[in-house]
Amino acid sequence: MKKTWIAYPYVVWMILFIVVPLMLIVFYGAAKTTPEGIEFSLEHFQRFFEPLYIMVLIRSLYLALISTIVCLLLGYPVSMILASREYRDKRILIFLMVIPMWMNFLLRTYAWLTLLEKNGIINTFISFLGLPKMDLLYNQWAVVLGMVYNFLPFMVLPIYSVLIKIDRSVIEAAEDLGANSGTVFRKIIFPLSLPGVVSGITMVFMPAVTTFVISRLLGGGQFLLIGNLIEELFLKSGEWGFGSALSIIMMILILFSMAIMSKYEKENEGGGLL
Amino acid sequence: MSYEIINLIDISKAFDDTLVLENIDLYIRRNEFLTLLGPSGCGKTTTLRIIGGFEDPTTGKVLFEGKDITHIPPYKRKLNTVFQRYALFPHMNVAENIAFGLNIKKLAKSIINEKVRDMLSLVNLRGFEKRSVDSLSGGQQQRVAIARALINEPEVLLLDEPLGALDLKLRKGMQIELKNIQQKLGITFVYVTHDQEEALTMSDTIVVMNEGRIQQIGTPIDIYNEPNNAFVADFIGESNIVDGIMLEDFVVNFAGYVFKCLDGGFDRDEKVDVVVRPEDIKLVSPEQGMLKGRVISVIFKGVHYEMMIDSNGIMWKVHNTLMEPVDTMVGINIFPDDIHIMKKVMAP
Repeated sequence: MKKTWIAYPYVVWMILFIVVPLMLIVFYGAAKTTPEGIEFSLEHFQRFFEPLYIMVLIRSLYLALISTIVCLLLGYPVSMILASREYRDKRILIFLMVIPMWMNFLLRTYAWLTLLEKNGIINTFISFLGLPKMDLLYNQWAVVLGMVYNFLPFMVLPIYSVLIKIDRSVIEAAEDLGANSGTVFRKIIFPLSLPGVVSGITMVFMPAVTTFVISRLLGGGQFLLIGNLIEELFLKSGEWGFGSALSIIMMILILFSMAIMSKYEKENEGGGLL
Repeated sequence: MSYEIINLIDISKAFDDTLVLENIDLYIRRNEFLTLLGPSGCGKTTTLRIIGGFEDPTTGKVLFEGKDITHIPPYKRKLNTVFQRYALFPHMNVAENIAFGLNIKKLAKSIINEKVRDMLSLVNLRGFEKRSVDSLSGGQQQRVAIARALINEPEVLLLDEPLGALDLKLRKGMQIELKNIQQKLGITFVYVTHDQEEALTMSDTIVVMNEGRIQQIGTPIDIYNEPNNAFVADFIGESNIVDGIMLEDFVVNFAGYVFKCLDGGFDRDEKVDVVVRPEDIKLVSPEQGMLKGRVISVIFKGVHYEMMIDSNGIMWKVHNTLMEPVDTMVGINIFPDDIHIMKKVMAP
């Protein structure tokens, strides 16, 4: 006998907090209030195609893409070092990598404010050296910096966990067959670590493309991202319909990119999402 | 061309502070099948890894065709390895695995394809080109690993317990196949195993190792018939090892009887190990025996029976095609030819 009843609380939970809200969003997004009552309309979706909003989407995708690439370029070497034979047993390094993730996301982002401010720590140091102060905050690079800082562990951990599982003798076999360290990396280590890279990219890109806190704090509200837009529509202007429509579009985009990623992952076999 | 292709000169290796190899001196002749044999932890795999370039010896030198290669990385050495757990590349199919070494050498595609085909037929895997390595059985994976190494036409092939994961029947088949491949291609095989029977079947030369030292080097026949010490005697085949005293040259006292033997050159009354193979013990009627004993147990082993015989508190393991029932009194005869006298190894 299968104890299916054990799953019931979770089913209830999922219906209450995932299915119902989703349906509400769809309802708000596709509904329009007229004097006669509520009717079905795609008006909110059409509104999205105005250049203003398309620009917001493109900017979100662009900044998220840059952050993901930077995370990959920084994170891969870090993962390789952490997974290397010399550091393999030194859990403390992985621990240090993970510690910031235990602290509140907002706090961590606020910390960058005090670092980057006009009279912040970095500018104080720069002027101490006799150089002119710089505008470090409220530009798109500050936003990218914030994203990279916050999401880097999500790139490092999946890549690390795949790298550490690669059989050492496979690498030795490649060396034995005439591959120098560059070739070993290109033909063995990197292809075998792809599942980790794919989940790393997914785990950085998804939150980066939807963030609104980082862009508000470090971008100073000048860089409206899709997340900020949705937040404002819901909390400030009260346009739940358009906000819902944007959320749905966002979700479709995310699902779409996840589908591409998971298809890619299946082709390469092995290693799932962390 | 020199006669010796690889020389190990006074190799020692320590991991952290544990010495795993001590003063290994060994030469490997061109085209021979040499086996490093010993129990696990005896240093045989480490020796192979030093030859392959995966470990640096703490002291000593490795020569390849007379040239020092001690610190040459593996990818520059003219030898290839078949790893213990095959170590196939999981993201490549069979053909890509085998072609790996040639692809690195950037040979023309058509030549590579042809060589891959030749290799696949050599290891009896024709038609497996496109298969993924995960879909293969252990024996098939092993063949791919062998083909992947051999396609590079190495001067020396190193094999690290390649048949360890296969079942008995498959292992026997592969032993013969490997030996055939070695003779057909005429390359030097350095083979690591803990299976003494495998070593006896395949090797031209056996190097018996224990606790990081070479115990004996010789042909399978030498090693089996003339073991250097009690360890070798015990490890190669089954043995009865009893304490004895050399009364004078060619006369030894053990188990309460004075036997004639063929060994000399010991001190008078020197304590020695006496080794007798179970199949060399002749069973006769109690009156005719040099020793008398009682059969304690009988086990059927297929070709022969294995009997334990208690003679004045000494247990003799005897192999015989005829069975004596338990509790029978029997006589034991051991002839000079079959008595091997060994110097006692000094207790460490």
